[in-house]
Amino acid sequence: MTDGPISRRALLAGAAGALGAQALERAGLPVPQDPTKVPGTPVSPLGQRSPFERPRRVPVGTGQGISLTPLQNLSGIVTPADLHFERHHAGVPAIDPQRYKLLIHGMVERPTMFDLEALKRFPSVSRLCFLECSGNGFPSYRDIRPDLTPQLVDGLTSTSEWTGVLLSTLFRDVGVKPGARWFLAEGEDAAVMARSIPLEKASDDAMIAYGQNGEALRPEQGYPARLLVPGWEGNANVKWIRRIEIADRPFMTREETSKYSDPLPDCTARLFSFAMDAKSVITFPAYPVTLPDKGWWEIEGLAWSGRGRVRRVDVSTDAGRHWAPAELQQPVLPKCHTRFRYLWTWDGGDTTLLSRAADETGYVQPTLDELRQARGRGTTYHFNHIRAWTVRRDGTVVFGLEG
Amino acid sequence: MSLRTLAAILALALVGSTCGRAEKGEVRVAAPTRYGFGRPATAAEVRAWDIDVMPDGTGLPPGSGAASQGAAIYARKCAACHGKTGTEGPFDRLVGREPRERFPFGRDPRLVKTIGNYWPYATTLYDYINRAMPLDAPGSLKPNEVYSLVAFLLSRNEIIADTAVMNAATLPRVVMPAHDRFVTDTRRGGPEIR
Ligand code: HEC
Repeated sequence: MTDGPISRRALLAGAAGALGAQALERAGLPVPQDPTKVPGTPVSPLGQRSPFERPRRVPVGTGQGISLTPLQNLSGIVTPADLHFERHHAGVPAIDPQRYKLLIHGMVERPTMFDLEALKRFPSVSRLCFLECSGNGFPSYRDIRPDLTPQLVDGLTSTSEWTGVLLSTLFRDVGVKPGARWFLAEGEDAAVMARSIPLEKASDDAMIAYGQNGEALRPEQGYPARLLVPGWEGNANVKWIRRIEIADRPFMTREETSKYSDPLPDCTARLFSFAMDAKSVITFPAYPVTLPDKGWWEIEGLAWSGRGRVRRVDVSTDAGRHWAPAELQQPVLPKCHTRFRYLWTWDGGDTTLLSRAADETGYVQPTLDELRQARGRGTTYHFNHIRAWTVRRDGTVVFGLEG
Repeated sequence: MSLRTLAAILALALVGSTCGRAEKGEVRVAAPTRYGFGRPATAAEVRAWDIDVMPDGTGLPPGSGAASQGAAIYARKCAACHGKTGTEGPFDRLVGREPRERFPFGRDPRLVKTIGNYWPYATTLYDYINRAMPLDAPGSLKPNEVYSLVAFLLSRNEIIADTAVMNAATLPRVVMPAHDRFVTDTRRGGPEIR
């Protein structure tokens, strides 16, 4: 992951995400005193956000950087496509959909070229699922600072409704040869991003996606078509996909050896750690929010697991001494963001808020210490430990355990 | 059972259930095994895009290069981003061996991964430089240039001799220092934290 300076202004603007009427008027946008006394604006071919709403990603680094989703500004589980996080290794390519082609070859009966129209002619499927960069949460593990927002801690996860063709459908068409075990997915970006994926994922739920939240993919998300391997680390969901080569073993590309492998404390490193384990983060209250007074507050957040459904989320409002189940917004979908809510009466004292997700495999989100025991302090991906927000007596909220 | 037989059985099963439950006037058709919407890819099309290189050398093109030639290309095309000796940055450090006889990346957050101390396969170096470097002109290097740069970086990492020539036969035989350190993912869900 590329680290770089994040301006405090960008950060606070992103965290607030909304503007006041006076600011808008200063910017030349008239806001009537009484909207019932003047006709409103006419119909238009393309809707816009209310000018009062200014949610923004936070871009870090240039070219092959990251841009984080403002989790604290979202409601529900879907991430608007223009706020979906970005991570790419050599910029966003411009691809003409008329010239776009996907090649499937290697251990197949019929090496085949598909254009976008051909891909769309196959029976299609839609599903909601999250996509998360495996480096998400890096600062909460290796660079804990009180002034981290939900966006800066965990903004490399987003949920969309994806539409496309199942890889199993395409693979039946090309005829996979016996003995095949893996396939290479390769992008048409300047990094020619390449990852090896076990063939079982193709028979399970992998797809070539061309639709996102009711429209074509955004360029940053792989326009016109990308691989989607639900529940697996973001990098394996190769964007701008142009080639799939089927083989009997993995290819050992740079992105699955030098990068996206996990050093362990026993002096080994884990290869092909695809699945994103269960995780949750409270998005309210969180830095830089200040609670104006004690009393009723709804704690809110997101939970997800790359292995299936979130079974439960427990919340602690006393630094982990007691836990109680949060309410999960239905429907809870497999491998998808799940919103949780917990009604809390703040007594006005210093305390720490925690959330802990469990998934349907029986996996429970570990503490920071448990994860460090298992992975070591030097590991670089898959930081799914419990996050903490400390609420101070004056109502300010900061990231991490205090004291 | 062949895929075709399986599909036939599935088709029958579908038709069968349709007869039982279909609304009046509803017609459902069984999905075929193949739709045939793509078109055959030509050998030339496959060749143009098939750039990957595997650990056994599959995919390596003809050509060769040695460290001395690589040094000159490196100075011109790579040093600005990776440093004069591959250690100065500003981008990824390419040269460095871990003097400790261990592999303490999990334990030591300060340790920087390099080709010499972390990469398991030498062939990956060819594959990656060829597909993605230099960052500002990706895909611009000829096979002899890539082999030369690979030889240069492997020799600077003290993995091969300064004079060794890298080609499709020699490169797959280079054993990387960290080769035996890599294990498969044992996480499976369930209560254990791994
Ligand atoms: C304009 C800057 C730039 C130039 C020029 C450049 N590189 Fe890079 N290189 C990078 C960046 C940035 C990365 C990291 C890319 C990423 O992580 O996606 C990188 C990564 C690498 C890596 C992988 C390092 C690792 O440990 O994973 C190698 C090898 C490499 N470059 C070799 C070269 C060679 C050889 C050249 C010259 C032909 C070169 N680079 C020229 C910027 C550059």
